[in-house]
Amino acid sequence: MVQWTEFERATIQEIFANINYEEVGPASLARCLIVYPWTQRYFGNFGNLYNATAITTNPMIAKHGITILHGLDRAVKNMDDIKNTYAELSVLHSDKLHVDPDNFRLLSDCLTIVIASKMGKSFTGEVQAAFQKFMAVVVSALGRQYH
Amino acid sequence: MTSLTKKDKDAVRAFWSRVAGKSADIGADAVCRMLTVYPQTKTYFDHWKDKSPNSASAKNHGVTVMSGVAEAVAQIDDMKAGLQSLSELHAFTLRVDPANFKILSHCMLVVMAIMFPNDFTPQVHVAMDKFLASLALCLSEKYR
Repeated sequence: MVQWTEFERATIQEIFANINYEEVGPASLARCLIVYPWTQRYFGNFGNLYNATAITTNPMIAKHGITILHGLDRAVKNMDDIKNTYAELSVLHSDKLHVDPDNFRLLSDCLTIVIASKMGKSFTGEVQAAFQKFMAVVVSALGRQYH
Repeated sequence: MTSLTKKDKDAVRAFWSRVAGKSADIGADAVCRMLTVYPQTKTYFDHWKDKSPNSASAKNHGVTVMSGVAEAVAQIDDMKAGLQSLSELHAFTLRVDPANFKILSHCMLVVMAIMFPNDFTPQVHVAMDKFLASLALCLSEKYR
């Protein structure tokens, strides 16, 4: 089981209590599709993804970004059992969506960078470490049921 | 995977000209952050008296690394030729495991996002990511 310090627990709760989901979600997914263009393979029927402007203004991508970010809420509320919390979602991503689990890591990196840009100086090394640890656990749980 | 287009190089040069004035701060924050977020990187610095993430040694090292990055920007049209001595340094003396280039690059990108939230757009991000990956490849080229 993952051991969390008090600082890590508090940091994760605080980050998610203070981000604007409608801004961070779309920004993170759009950034991922621009920085790692091969991730666009999963969004064939999301309309125009031809260039960065199209991606950043695409309403379907924006909506999906918000959905993904809210998907993290479950982990935030169940930090002591993220593995089981995401078992079903893991099966979904494996069996139905067929997403290469490496993509979770790519999106996670983009989310880190967007949150860093929002939090500015308060995104210290310690806060970054806590956030990346949390995301690593989430990414691992999402890839766990692949077979 | 890491061939820089003209568009990439232009983006890197343009962004760099905006941030070069703060490059020492960027470097210091990136290295200090790396030592905190990825403690295994401390193993390369046993020779420092003070190995804590915010030590003077760590900050100075960040400045050193970043001046290497500045040099790479200047040599962006032919990094392989322009960075020969740095490449040899890393291959024969430093022998930093290449996985760590990715780690430090990530930390640099995070610092850029923190310090320049409006300039570090997704387009700049992808260009810088490609550039740093290209630089890393250059540095590890002579490893074997």
